[in-house]
Amino acid sequence: MSKPRRTPLYDFNVAHGGRMVDFAGWEMPVQFKSIVEEHKATRAAAGLFDVSHMGEAIVEGPQATEFLDFVLTNHIAPMERGRVLYSLMCNEAGGVVDDLLVYRKAEDSYLLCLNAANVAKDVAWLQERAADFEAVVTDVSDDYGLIALQGPKAFEVLAKVTEADLDSLHYYWFVEGEVCGAKCIISRTGYTGEKGVELFVSPSDAERVAETLLEVGEAEGLALAGLGARDSLRLEAGYSLYGHEIDDVVGPVAAKLMWTVKLKKDDFVGKAAIEKAKAAGPEKRIVFFKTGSRRIVRADAEVLANGEKVGHVVSGTFSPELNEAIGSALVDSDAAKADLSVDIRGKAMPLFAAKIPFLPLNPQA
Amino acid sequence: MNIPEDLKYTKEHEWIKLLENDEAIVGITDFAQSSLGDITFVEVPEVGDEFDAEGTFGVVESVKAASDLYMPIDAEVLAVNEELEDSPEKVNQSAFGEGWIVKIKIKDPGQLDGLLDAVGYAEVAKD
Repeated sequence: MSKPRRTPLYDFNVAHGGRMVDFAGWEMPVQFKSIVEEHKATRAAAGLFDVSHMGEAIVEGPQATEFLDFVLTNHIAPMERGRVLYSLMCNEAGGVVDDLLVYRKAEDSYLLCLNAANVAKDVAWLQERAADFEAVVTDVSDDYGLIALQGPKAFEVLAKVTEADLDSLHYYWFVEGEVCGAKCIISRTGYTGEKGVELFVSPSDAERVAETLLEVGEAEGLALAGLGARDSLRLEAGYSLYGHEIDDVVGPVAAKLMWTVKLKKDDFVGKAAIEKAKAAGPEKRIVFFKTGSRRIVRADAEVLANGEKVGHVVSGTFSPELNEAIGSALVDSDAAKADLSVDIRGKAMPLFAAKIPFLPLNPQA
Repeated sequence: MNIPEDLKYTKEHEWIKLLENDEAIVGITDFAQSSLGDITFVEVPEVGDEFDAEGTFGVVESVKAASDLYMPIDAEVLAVNEELEDSPEKVNQSAFGEGWIVKIKIKDPGQLDGLLDAVGYAEVAKD
């Protein structure tokens, strides 16, 4: 293993007491004071997250739109400038190469935001397929620090340090503007289920922006939050995480992400396989569950139905809002509606099917 | 790091506080709770259960990890901290106090000599 990389906010994270762990090849804070407290602060007020490990790529050229519509499952052509779109990038077998955000910066220019662990794979995948199009893919991950400001008070905090018109910044739109005097992309997106933004800033500005947001946010109850809270927030919201609910085998039909797949558009990578999986029904599918217990069911735990193994847990955490363990599992489709349980150290623990999001959330508010 | 001098310790981060009549209480150290982070669940044994020294008598689970609890000494369980069922965070808040886990009857007081004192444990808890 090569030495983990450091984000532009590494010193900031350490100075503020971040407990640093290796995540996807990066030294990231898993928590500052308490995962549960950081989670609750984000739901009640606001959380500030360093997500600079995420990757970015630029796709540009006269055929950038056609190219993206060929490699991505969602429909790119109708996107207006300033729009953000969530999409999957699938392989020929209908599995997922990555899930990502697409930013339409200009008619022929897009920014993609990629999962940290997948950047090299994604860029190679994209560049290989771009060869048939008048489109160029460039990895620009080192050009950006990424700061997520999430929670019901996120806009109040942000309004103190930007002149940008936040009232007209709607969900899944972005503007280019200044925050704390630093040029940045203000994206009305997030991974918590809360109202909020993600700020793409220059690495040299990242620390100053984060420090200022923390300072002006204190009065609003803003807390620094780590990857632990990020995971429990996204799971409560029912958002998929690459490598857990989706991966190179588990695709959009099994993961219930067909809303990101536009089968009516022209041919795209994975279309035939996805159509087939949709018609036949997937062999396995993702189910979300509650436990009624505070005991966390962890990833990889075997899931049982009538004593038979029918799948495994893919995500599991403690929900601070529900005060119980929640999670998701990949199970045989014909067992998805059965009474499921997991074996935890010799004790059978029932899993109760849950709807997502696990609690009422309104990031569009 | 808080390591009270009147307690004995194990390498696995349990503490044991000697009471009268060969009775004692056992918990996990401040270092252990801090390493685990937010504790969401504590599995405790039944009153009357007997354990050998280093036997697994329960589990402490945090958001991040599950960690076995090891009995410092041959013992029988006299009482368990029932408060932890609803408030496992007491272990975070007061590892050496309200976050105690079990009360035990020590079978062989001679085994106490094999445990670490505060100075010895400070070496183990150095990270």
